[in-house]
Amino acid sequence: MTVSKPVKYTLMSCLLFGLNAHAVSPNKASLLANACAGCHGPNGSSQGPATPSIAEMSPVYFIESMSAFKTDERPATVMNRIAKGYTKEQIKLMADFFYSQKMLRTEQLTDPAMASLGETLHAANCEKCHAKGGRESADDSGLLAGQKIPYLRYTIQDILNGDRAVSRKMFKRLSSIHDELDSDGIEQLLHYYGSQK
Amino acid sequence: MSAHSRRHFLKLSLATAASSIIHAPLIHATISKHVVIIGGGIGGSTAARYLRKMDSSIKVTLIEPKSHYTTCFMSNEFLAGLRSFKSLEFSYHKLAEQGISIIHDYVVAIDADKQSITRSSGDTIHYDRCIVSPGIDFKWNAIEGYDETTAKDIPHAYQAGQQTLTLKKQLDAMRNGGTVIIAPPANPFRCPPAPYERASQIAHYLKMHKPKSKIIILDDKEEFSKQKLFEAGWKRHYGYGTNHSIIEWVSVAQGGHVESINAKSHIVSAQADDFKADVINIIPPQQAGKLAFTAGLTDQSGWCPVDHKTFESTIHKNIHVIGDSSISSPLPKSGYAANSEAKVCAAAIISLFNGDRPLAPSLINTCYSLLAPNDAISVAMVYGYKNDKIIKMDGAGGLTPNDTSDHMRQREADYAHSWFNNITHDIFG
Ligand SMILES: Cc1cc2nc3c(=O)[nH]c(=O)nc-3n(C[C@H](O)[C@H](O)[C@H](O)COP(=O)(O)OP(=O)(O)OC[C@H]3O[C@@H](n4cnc5c(N)ncnc54)[C@H](O)[C@@H]3O)c2cc1C
Repeated sequence: MTVSKPVKYTLMSCLLFGLNAHAVSPNKASLLANACAGCHGPNGSSQGPATPSIAEMSPVYFIESMSAFKTDERPATVMNRIAKGYTKEQIKLMADFFYSQKMLRTEQLTDPAMASLGETLHAANCEKCHAKGGRESADDSGLLAGQKIPYLRYTIQDILNGDRAVSRKMFKRLSSIHDELDSDGIEQLLHYYGSQK
Repeated sequence: MSAHSRRHFLKLSLATAASSIIHAPLIHATISKHVVIIGGGIGGSTAARYLRKMDSSIKVTLIEPKSHYTTCFMSNEFLAGLRSFKSLEFSYHKLAEQGISIIHDYVVAIDADKQSITRSSGDTIHYDRCIVSPGIDFKWNAIEGYDETTAKDIPHAYQAGQQTLTLKKQLDAMRNGGTVIIAPPANPFRCPPAPYERASQIAHYLKMHKPKSKIIILDDKEEFSKQKLFEAGWKRHYGYGTNHSIIEWVSVAQGGHVESINAKSHIVSAQADDFKADVINIIPPQQAGKLAFTAGLTDQSGWCPVDHKTFESTIHKNIHVIGDSSISSPLPKSGYAANSEAKVCAAAIISLFNGDRPLAPSLINTCYSLLAPNDAISVAMVYGYKNDKIIKMDGAGGLTPNDTSDHMRQREADYAHSWFNNITHDIFG
C-alpha cells in the first residue's frame, strides 16, 4: 500500500501524540450527513415504515437523485425542498459518506410465497442492472434488497405513471410485469425485496 | 491545493508534529474532557449520543429527573386514539449502554466561574463544558387564573407525560355535543404548528366518536403556521367553513385573546366573549426552561442568546444552550431543530477540545403535521451560515404545495411516521 503524504503525516503526528486520547475532530461530510438522520435514520439506515435507507447507496445514484430532486424532475414530498439547500460539493461529500455506511435491514412484514414468486420475476427482469438481488451498489442503480416496501411501491407507481424517468428498458420491463400480472406482479417483487435481510 | 499551499500545509503539520513531541505529555496531563448535559430531552439526549459516537474519549454525564422521556411529537395522535401512550415513551437504557453516565436528578444551579453544577441532592459536579437543554417553561398567570395548580385540571399538554394523559382522559369522558377549547399563545413558542395539528387530531376523534361536539380555537395570533394547508385539510375532513364545522378558529382580531379562565365554572373569558367549555386546553405563553433563568443564561427576551456555530452561550463561557431554550432563529423551536442543533454543538465541542476550528456546514428542520389518518402536510428547510449566523438557504425549503394530491399527502403521512421512528431511534437508540 502506498500512503499519501498528508495521511503519512497524520499517522506520524498521531503516533507522536500517543494516539487514541487525541481524537480527530468531526469532518464536514459527517456533519452534513448527521442532519439527514432525523428522517433517514442514524447513518442512513431507516427504521421505516416508509422512508428509504440511503446507507451503502452508490454515490453516482445518490448524486443523480439529489440533482433530480433539485430540478423537480423527480416526484417528491419533501426531498425536492431539501435538495435545493445543498451545493454540488456538499452533495458529493454526503454521497461518499453514505456509501461508506453499512445498510442495516430491519424486519418487514412479507409473505414468503409472494417473495418467492418475486424472486423469479427479479431474476428474469431486473437482476442485470440490480445485481445480487438488488443489493449491489457498484452497478450504480438504486438499492432494492431490504429497502422499505412502501417507498418501493411509491417509486414503481411513479415510474408506471410516467412521473419518474427511467431507462426505456426498465420502463418496458416494469410495464410488462404490470400488464401481465396486474399489480400482483409488482407486489411479488416488493415482497421479495422487502424480505431480504 | 496549490503547490504553494501544499508546501505551507506540510510545513505546518511538521511544525505541529515537532511541537507535540515536547508538549504531548503535558497535554495529556491537563486536558480533561468531561461534558455535563442537563436535560435528557430531544436536545440533551441527542448531544449525549453524538458526543460519545464521535469521540469515545469524552466523558459524558446526562442529568435528567425523569426515568422515561415522553415525546411531544405524535402525542396528538395519541389524543386522537390512533396510537398508544407507550409508543411515546423512551427509556435511557441505550444511552447508558453507550457509556453515558445517567443521573436521574434535577439541577438547581450552575456556577459558571467554578464550572460546576449543583444537583437537588446538594452534590456538585465539575464540568469542562456543559450543555443545557431544559426545554420550555410557562409564563404562569399571563392568563389570569391559569397557574401551575390550575394546570393540573386544565392541561396545557405542552410538555408530554401526565399532562397528555389528563387531556386524553377528559376528551374520553366528554359528552357527545361538548365543546373543546384550545388556546394557543402568540409567537414565539414551541412547535408553532402543534396546536393546529392538535385541533385536527381531536377533530378526528370527535368525528368518529362524538360527532355533535365542537372545537373552538381561541388564538392570540392573526395567522398561524401552515394556515392555508390546515384550513384546506379542515375543509376536507371536518366541514370547516360550514355551519357544521367541527373546528372554529377565532383570530386575535376577532377577539381570540384569552384574558382569564375560571377553573371551577370552566368559563374561558376571551376578548370576544365568555365561553363555557367541557374540555379546556390552554397553551400558555412560553420562555426558556427555568434553569436557564437560574443560571443567568437568558436575555431580556426570556430566551438564551448563543453563538450559532457552537451554541455556546454568549453570556457564560463553556456553557452551551440548545433546543427550545436557545435563540436559534431562523430555526424554529422544534424537535428536529433541537436534534440538528445538538449534533452541531457536539461536533463543535469536540473540535474545541482538540484545538480545532468548529465546522458548521448546515442544519435541517422538517416538521410534519397530521390532519387525519393518511393525510399529512409538512414544512421543511435547510439552513446554512452567513457571517457565522444561521440563515435559511436560498431557494430551499417551504411547505407542502397547496395543490398537492391526496396521494402525495398520504405519502407524507407515511413519511411522518417514519420520521418519528427514525428520529427517536437517533436520539434514544
Ligand atoms: C404537541 C407537540 C407536538 C410536537 N410535534 C413536533 C413535531 O412533529 N416535530 C418536531 O420537530 N417537534 C415537535 N414538537 C416540539 C418538540 O417536542 C420540542 O421542540 C423539543 O422537545 C425540544 O427539545 P428540548 O431538548 O429543547 O426540550 P425537551 O425535549 O422538552 O427536553 C427538556 C428536558 O430537560 C429536562 N429538564 C428541565 N429542567 C431540568 C433541570 N433543571 N435539571 C435536569 N433536567 C431538566 C426535562 O425533564 C426534559 O426532559 C412538538 C411539541 C408539542 C408540544
